[in-house]
Amino acid sequence: MTLEQAATRDLAIPPSQIAETGWGWGQVARWLVVVGIIVGVLLPFIPLAVWSFSHRWYFPALIPTQWSMRAWHYVFSPGSQVPKALGYSTVIALVVTLLSILIGIPAGRAMGLHRFRGKTLVEFLILAPTIVPTIAVAMGIHVAFIKYGLADTLLGVILVHLIPVTPYMVMIMSSVFANYDPEYEEQARTLGANPVRTFIYVTFPAILPGIVVGGLFSFIISWSQYVLTLLIGGGRVITLPLLLFSFAGSGDNPITAALSIVFVAPAVIFLIVTSRYLTGENAAIGGFGKI
Amino acid sequence: MTQVNLLQLSKAYSSADTYAVHNLTLEIASGQITALLGPSGCGKTTTLKMIAGLLRPTQGDITFDGQSVLGIPAERRGAVMVFQNYLLFPYMSVGENVGFGLKMRGVDQQTIRRKVAEILDLVKLSGFEDRRPKQLSGGQQQRVALARALIVEPKVLLLDEPLSNLDAHLRDEMRELILNIQRQLRITTIFVTHDQEEAVVLADKIALMFDGELQQFDRPNAFYKRPISVRAARFFGGVNFVDGVKRGERVETPLGIFHVNRQEIPDGPVVITIRPENLKLGEEGENAIQGRIRSHVYLGTHARFKVEAGQWHLEVVAEASSVEQFHDGEILSLKFPRENIWLVPTEK
Ligand SMILES: Nc1ncnc2c1ncn2[C@@H]1O[C@H](COP(=O)(O)OP(=O)(O)O)[C@@H](O)[C@H]1O
Ligand SMILES: [Mg+2]
Repeated sequence: MTLEQAATRDLAIPPSQIAETGWGWGQVARWLVVVGIIVGVLLPFIPLAVWSFSHRWYFPALIPTQWSMRAWHYVFSPGSQVPKALGYSTVIALVVTLLSILIGIPAGRAMGLHRFRGKTLVEFLILAPTIVPTIAVAMGIHVAFIKYGLADTLLGVILVHLIPVTPYMVMIMSSVFANYDPEYEEQARTLGANPVRTFIYVTFPAILPGIVVGGLFSFIISWSQYVLTLLIGGGRVITLPLLLFSFAGSGDNPITAALSIVFVAPAVIFLIVTSRYLTGENAAIGGFGKI
Repeated sequence: MTQVNLLQLSKAYSSADTYAVHNLTLEIASGQITALLGPSGCGKTTTLKMIAGLLRPTQGDITFDGQSVLGIPAERRGAVMVFQNYLLFPYMSVGENVGFGLKMRGVDQQTIRRKVAEILDLVKLSGFEDRRPKQLSGGQQQRVALARALIVEPKVLLLDEPLSNLDAHLRDEMRELILNIQRQLRITTIFVTHDQEEAVVLADKIALMFDGELQQFDRPNAFYKRPISVRAARFFGGVNFVDGVKRGERVETPLGIFHVNRQEIPDGPVVITIRPENLKLGEEGENAIQGRIRSHVYLGTHARFKVEAGQWHLEVVAEASSVEQFHDGEILSLKFPRENIWLVPTEK
């Protein structure tokens, strides 16, 4: 084979195929990243787990000198506020996620599919909550919420959580719709599907990966809210982060550690369950699109 | 069997916009194939979507068998559209795609399965039920899209550029398939194309559109014999146009006086047009002029000559053997047989 033939033969193989055959540097790099993420995510948990079972652990001992189940007993005892906070956190995060999906689908569709006057301004306004410090917004909202009787209520906390959550949801959904061909819906209509069934059978499956990823973001953002919950919930709506901070402040390390694990567990579980939607293979998420 | 009428149909996408389709009136005969032909952007897809119920006309009416359908939503109108890029639902198997319309109509699973098998047989894809759309070639996807439309027994079948995304050999196959199926099922079919040859081969009647307006609605051969304008003639491969002034059955041109048959076009400035295959190289007599052969190409079954006459360049298609008879640079006579001359208005 001449050099020229060899060169053209190589060119004929699409780059994607090259990456898949054998162990290229790309492959190695990808594995390093994966291993790095696992180590980075799991390593901090080891001391947490150890702490949660410890009774006495003073410097310079490498491991606790006395072990105990006290922290875990406390966390799951009906007398502690943990089960209740867990319940609040879960309900709030789930409802916030659901609401953000209901907002994100039409908003993302408008942003991703249509051009309209003032779109740049709308884009900016949607992004604004991620730039402006939430505490500044929350103070104003608190005043309004007191007026409408929403302060110190579960509903109030849910509504205020939508502020940091919605921008991410809308961004993700508009990126999904930017890569979406609405003619599929027209096709379904002419085949006899009414608008509702068109959504169920055609639109929804197409945007599902985006909904999952956006939902994951929404859940985690809501789950870890502290300032907004404290301010609007007024100490009546106690979520896990609120408990966590109060124990962290009290210096009871074993209980803080056990709570931290309870606090982080749902996020990790969610992440694992939805990980297949997060990989680049899924065409629905084309990066963050234009925004 | 449904007759479709478009009555003064117009569409502007936004109030400030010019019309994408303007004052389109067409009578589409029941059970026939009608082509909407025109260059890209002339409003063909827009027209199809209005008929399907996917776009609301700005003005005008659409009737199926005399009844206005504007109030009927797309899903109940009975007009099924096959899009240019097939749009097979990627989350469904071929069988689920094809059965989609029946499922929406509440047909039971068993009947759906049987009908899907039947229709896949019709488009020569038996046994493809469990494949995924991604696993199919372009031609196969096209046939699945067609099957998916046919299975619901539409009153009107709307095909948007059904052949334009296919390779040449697949195109012929698909053309045959569409013709065969249409002859069997006799569904009123409207298809869109920008390719005049495709329209001629497939359609019973062709609606030629330019810039959103109907130019000519006629049987295919009329576009060769009696084009309505220079532009229409050009779209169908007309290349010979000579300006002149008509007085009765005579047309005076810088090349001489042509005698023509009676035609309804008023006296005054006109354009003489004649198909390249009707010009007679080397023949004398009535309507013969002098020309010089500039160049020629030999095409096996025939030959094409470029002839210069005055300020005009004319093209002549002649028998293949004529390349031995005539040579480049030669000056000879060129006859415009009276019965083949067609007059069109001068272009503005
Ligand atoms: N959704 C739309 N919004 C605005 N203008 C459109 C839209 N779709 C088509 N047009 C315009 O309408 C005209 C006709 O388009 P179309 O019907 O798609 O033409 P064709 O199918 O003949 O190529 C074009 O000028 C096109 O730019
Ligand atoms: Mg088109």
